[in-house]
Amino acid sequence: MDEIAPEYDVVVLGTGLTECVLSGVMSVKGNKVLHIDRNDHYGGESASVNLEHLFRKYGNHKEGEEPWKKYGRPNDWNIDLVPKLLMSNGELTNILVSTDVTRYLEFKQIAGSYVQQGKGPKATVAKVPSTAGEALRSSLMGMFEKRRAKNFLQWVGDYKEEDPATHNGMNLGQSTMKDVYDKFGLEATTRDFVGHSMALYHDDSYINKPGQAKDCVQRIRLYVNSMARYGKSPYIYPLYGLGELPQGFARLSAIYGGTYMLNTNVDEVLYNGNKVSGIKATMKERGDEGEGMKFETKCKKIIADPSYFSSKVRVVGTLLKAICILNHPIPNTENSDSLQLIIPQSQVGRKNDIYIAMVSSAHNVCPKGYYIAIVSTIAEGDANTHLELQHGLDRLGSIQECFMGPPIPLYEPLESGVNDGIFISKSYDATSHFETTTDDVQDIYRRATGEPLVVEGLRDGQNLVADQ
Amino acid sequence: MAQRMQQGARPGGSRFAQFKLVLLGESAVGKSSLVLRFVKDQFDDYRESTIGAAFLTQTIALDENTTVKFEIWDTAGQERYKSLAPMYYRNANCAVVVYDITQASSLDKAKAWVKELQRQANENIIIALAGNKLDLVNESPDKRAIQTSDAEQYAREAGLLFFETSAKTATNVKELFTAIAKKLPMDQAGPRGIRAGQRPGVDLRPGDSSTSPTPGCNC
Repeated sequence: MDEIAPEYDVVVLGTGLTECVLSGVMSVKGNKVLHIDRNDHYGGESASVNLEHLFRKYGNHKEGEEPWKKYGRPNDWNIDLVPKLLMSNGELTNILVSTDVTRYLEFKQIAGSYVQQGKGPKATVAKVPSTAGEALRSSLMGMFEKRRAKNFLQWVGDYKEEDPATHNGMNLGQSTMKDVYDKFGLEATTRDFVGHSMALYHDDSYINKPGQAKDCVQRIRLYVNSMARYGKSPYIYPLYGLGELPQGFARLSAIYGGTYMLNTNVDEVLYNGNKVSGIKATMKERGDEGEGMKFETKCKKIIADPSYFSSKVRVVGTLLKAICILNHPIPNTENSDSLQLIIPQSQVGRKNDIYIAMVSSAHNVCPKGYYIAIVSTIAEGDANTHLELQHGLDRLGSIQECFMGPPIPLYEPLESGVNDGIFISKSYDATSHFETTTDDVQDIYRRATGEPLVVEGLRDGQNLVADQ
Repeated sequence: MAQRMQQGARPGGSRFAQFKLVLLGESAVGKSSLVLRFVKDQFDDYRESTIGAAFLTQTIALDENTTVKFEIWDTAGQERYKSLAPMYYRNANCAVVVYDITQASSLDKAKAWVKELQRQANENIIIALAGNKLDLVNESPDKRAIQTSDAEQYAREAGLLFFETSAKTATNVKELFTAIAKKLPMDQAGPRGIRAGQRPGVDLRPGDSSTSPTPGCNC
């Protein structure tokens, strides 16, 4: 076994998407990176796992039984643990293109974006309108409201921050979104789908915050521009599942000299005073006998997911999630092979929206004829939390398998890392996309290096042979 | 259909196909050197561990009408601590498993990589076994640690193509890749008019919001 270097610029712990993007970017920028994961696979909390792995993870089977066998080869399944999709015009797409990680991945559209109105047996599901024209055809609104919505969407589309003529007499940096909705005279149901299925806020706290209007308009524009890019929905998705994303960035890091070690436990974090100075770790493959390979190395910085530093993080929320295997598309969605369906909180008497993200064999994540739907929301109570997902599960029709674990705590670092040199990422939150993940990437990069992360121009320039 | 396998007919009835090839083998057996020789016809005695190439491409003309393009993936050093990602094996059409004929243990490692390929890659993947550093043995025969016949017998039993190669002198390098190309399923290359390099799905590059017309695209 080769020697581990005596010193690295950065040691990265955990191979989730956040860590892998940072590892890749750090390596491209010339840092010497050691990237470690305690697991035998890439991806951490953002991995995609096979069906057997999922059954075992959730304990959904009796001893001696192998229920996954009736679903074909376990390896034909790539089931995401995080219910997220990529905004086609979002920052993750930009980073993927700027780093050329797109070479390793193939993306497909998500076929539809839906929103529920009403609840129980009376609930209806409709496509989210994303253009002024679509608003006019939408079943979500009455005739007069359609015109108001059209005016609103047209204004959002034309809005330019630097051009006051497009501001319609408002100062979005100070206005509340309520002011804006009022100005266009939008009804409550329209505000609901605009705020929740286009701006993708999962609760209503955005409405009355002064200055939040600017953020809201930017979110709607991201949705609309993402929608305009490929046409069917604002979302794209990598073939073989989201777990391909961290693998792609890990390869980028490795190509630029990053060293990768799975199956490696961190035994001790070494400090010099308050500041991190290195790690002691052991690499040992599962089933390997003996002590494994113990090593110690110095480092100036550590970037880690929250699971590596439980004493340096706090819980900021609780996510509920059910992964469901279906053998049919979700009812009332035009047999879409993939979709996002949002159930706004107001429609079902909650404070937080319920999200459904569904993909299928069209994305090479399961055998033909199957569909994987993840229902998720933020927990509002302490007890019987599994019931909070029921409105979402009701949308799915018959369910073959349902994997629902205990509520998932969402972590945030206690400190910025500037003092101890340990930069900890946030958990993957309840939002339906990766925009907050890339915010975290940029934030950590700035904290760790003192510079903003500029990904433009980071392309792999060292190809030995130009691609023809 | 393997995503990486791009095939099609060109005007004049010629056939073209693109295949993903992955390299495997212990560190320092000469994986990258073999590719560098094949792709650029170069050799560097003091080549450092792999750095800097996402993947390389090289085209072989099998005959007047048949062209095969290899998209060659290097391990990028991720094999060193057994940390290759499933993405590496995904849709690989062919693999070159390399060992060093002057290092006795490297054939055992190669056998382990073949097993790993059979576990992780496509069922019908074509695997070639390459015993590299033939030049060292030609210089001083007592350096040989693995007999040709032993490796050949293993390759035959396991259904692998087999060559002893030298990236340094170029011995059998072109032959190795040509033999792989000949074994690849060109006959599946139907006249579907697919241009090389196109992929199914959406193209993320800015300024191009069009989707490719490749079959399998669901857009």
